[in-house]
Amino acid sequence: MEKTYTVSVFTENSIGMMNRITIIFTRRHLNIDSITASESEIKGVFRYTIVLRTSREQVDKVVGQLEKLIDVFKAFVHEDSEIVHQEIALYKIRTETLTNGDVEKVIREHHARILTVDPKFMVIEKTGHVEETQLLFENLQPYGVLEFVRSGRVAVTKPMKELSAYLEEL
Amino acid sequence: MNSIKTTGAQAVMKSLVAEQVDTIFGYPGGAIMPIYDALYDYVSTINHVLVRHEQGAIHAAQGYARTSKKTGVVFATSGPGATNLITGLADALIDSTPLVCITGQVASHLLGSDAFQETDVVGISMPITKWNCQVTKAEEIPAAIAKAFYIARSGRPGPVLVDITKDAQFGVMEFQYEKRTRIRSYRAKPKISKTNVEAAALLINNAQKPFLLIGQGIMLSNAEKDLLRFVEKSGVPVASTLLGLGAFPNNHPQYVGFLGMHGDYAPNIKTNECDVLIAIGMRFDDRVTGDVSRYAKQAKVVHIDIDASELNKIIHADVAVHADAKEALSILSELVQEKQHTAWLQEFKDAKKVEVETLQVSAKELHSEEIKMDEVIKILSDITNGEAVVVTDVGQHQMMTARYYQYNKTKSNVTSGGLGTMGFALPAAIGAKFGAPEKPVVAIIGDGGFQMTLQELGTILQSKVDVKIIILNNRFLGMVRQWQQMFFEKRYSFTEMISPDFVALAKAYSIEASKFEARTDLKETLVKMLNHKGSYLLEIMVAKEENVFPMIPTGASVSEVRLN
Repeated sequence: MEKTYTVSVFTENSIGMMNRITIIFTRRHLNIDSITASESEIKGVFRYTIVLRTSREQVDKVVGQLEKLIDVFKAFVHEDSEIVHQEIALYKIRTETLTNGDVEKVIREHHARILTVDPKFMVIEKTGHVEETQLLFENLQPYGVLEFVRSGRVAVTKPMKELSAYLEEL
Repeated sequence: MNSIKTTGAQAVMKSLVAEQVDTIFGYPGGAIMPIYDALYDYVSTINHVLVRHEQGAIHAAQGYARTSKKTGVVFATSGPGATNLITGLADALIDSTPLVCITGQVASHLLGSDAFQETDVVGISMPITKWNCQVTKAEEIPAAIAKAFYIARSGRPGPVLVDITKDAQFGVMEFQYEKRTRIRSYRAKPKISKTNVEAAALLINNAQKPFLLIGQGIMLSNAEKDLLRFVEKSGVPVASTLLGLGAFPNNHPQYVGFLGMHGDYAPNIKTNECDVLIAIGMRFDDRVTGDVSRYAKQAKVVHIDIDASELNKIIHADVAVHADAKEALSILSELVQEKQHTAWLQEFKDAKKVEVETLQVSAKELHSEEIKMDEVIKILSDITNGEAVVVTDVGQHQMMTARYYQYNKTKSNVTSGGLGTMGFALPAAIGAKFGAPEKPVVAIIGDGGFQMTLQELGTILQSKVDVKIIILNNRFLGMVRQWQQMFFEKRYSFTEMISPDFVALAKAYSIEASKFEARTDLKETLVKMLNHKGSYLLEIMVAKEENVFPMIPTGASVSEVRLN
């Protein structure tokens, strides 16, 4: 059965790492919904967060092959219930639409915030799950959204075991 | 080591010396010229084998690694030199062969600019190397090479590629070399779980019909003796995968045959009759399993492998032991009870009899005057006592050799298993001889595969290596023809081969050669070839439409193995 899975991969910061990781998904004909990368709580250790829809069996095999990469410390697979995850979205709209009181109401209701206001345009920011950022997008659309962008998922796990504990095991 | 000022190119050579490299297979070109210039100072201590095509270099390095237990080393230039290595890299990765390939690259300021002979070899080879990297500074060379050798030969071995830009080869640096023994993100040797091994031993001790499958992992971890001890103590029958041939003496009474699509009848059908299936250093390739949904469903499976991603990949393991085969076998030998499975072993022997008798009947139906491939292999096996290094290409002759050569010595079987690379055998045989100079090396090749890399006859001529070549010429791409006959209504679409005069071709390269067409004196001819000083090419005209049986058709179960 297909389901959304989040894969966390901890790696060295080496050239081509993103490519090495994505090749493994490509080979199994798996499409990645989102991918993000940044340095983790340990200096020099990078964390990739990859979201995809597939079966548990496939994703477990992918994790096995990710861990086989020389520069990968450890890879984990999580279901949505095992993580706290978030995405960020930015919306660019015309400043003049603010004169319409409804836009302010929409922003307020969605707990979004205004990042910047230029005489011509303003940028709204909203963090949340896809459904939430998507809903704001739909509610702003009647006023004209000039640009809309959403980041990939970032996630931390609910279990308390720290990465450094895994690294010590290695 | 004291630091001395050297160029990057000299550092490459010094690093290789530090890794005890004595043989390199390669081909020079623009972007690797500084390294070849540095190599010129080592001609008296390092044997560089000049091949005729880079694919030949990498297959030769594979042959060398497979017979010598050392890491094969390859030099190639940038662009086409590097891309010509691709097939060999893919082959070495799937067959777990340790290689270090060093490629030249354009100067770093030209990277990404479509410079002459520039190609993104790191990008291209990423999915088919165990690890690769690009070096753009001379001072990074020793560390990159040290890492390359450590990765290539530790854990599950594999090919590694180090791409070195021309400016890094010219750059000046202080040379210092430190062998690598650890990489923090990579665990070469797993920590074995004693509990799992005990669980495995318990299953084996309680089994009525235990059955052991071995793969190349036995040889890669030097576990041959531990295996013999385990097998003799536990009394289990042993069958081998294609690449595992040689890991266990085939003349041993507990050896029951070769597994898989063209394997022996007994081990295939008994896979679905055993109660405990033990797999060590093998990966359940689809050519071994047939239909996985009908594979050993009745059995408890114990799988021991050094590559964690192989465990539960294809076949669910009731007990999965992530371990080096040698370590696992030595502990397992202690834990298993001394047993004999006489009646169970007899079942294999009875099935073997059925196979032999059925195949004999089929053989009689074929035109008797035509020489069959299996006759050649059986005689070769007899006269070499199953102790030669046998190198095969891909196709019918390969399966016939695996079936009928009695591999009694470890590291004596060199073939392209996982990738099935036609053109592998001739260059691999050259490398195999450099890897095992004291043993006779016989390459058995089809008329199709031989023509894929026949330019390496030039390498034999120049390096004076002693390789015996047998071309089993059936004037067809035999394996494809067999499938066309069985599954495509005999529509022989582009499988008929017109070949050149192989004897004349060999003689053009000053290699002694002869052609054999009649059955008489086959043994004498083979003996003459083996006794000949130096290389020899023997073309044997074999039956045009002989088929390899037994056979498990694609999608069938191992218990549906066909004898005709």
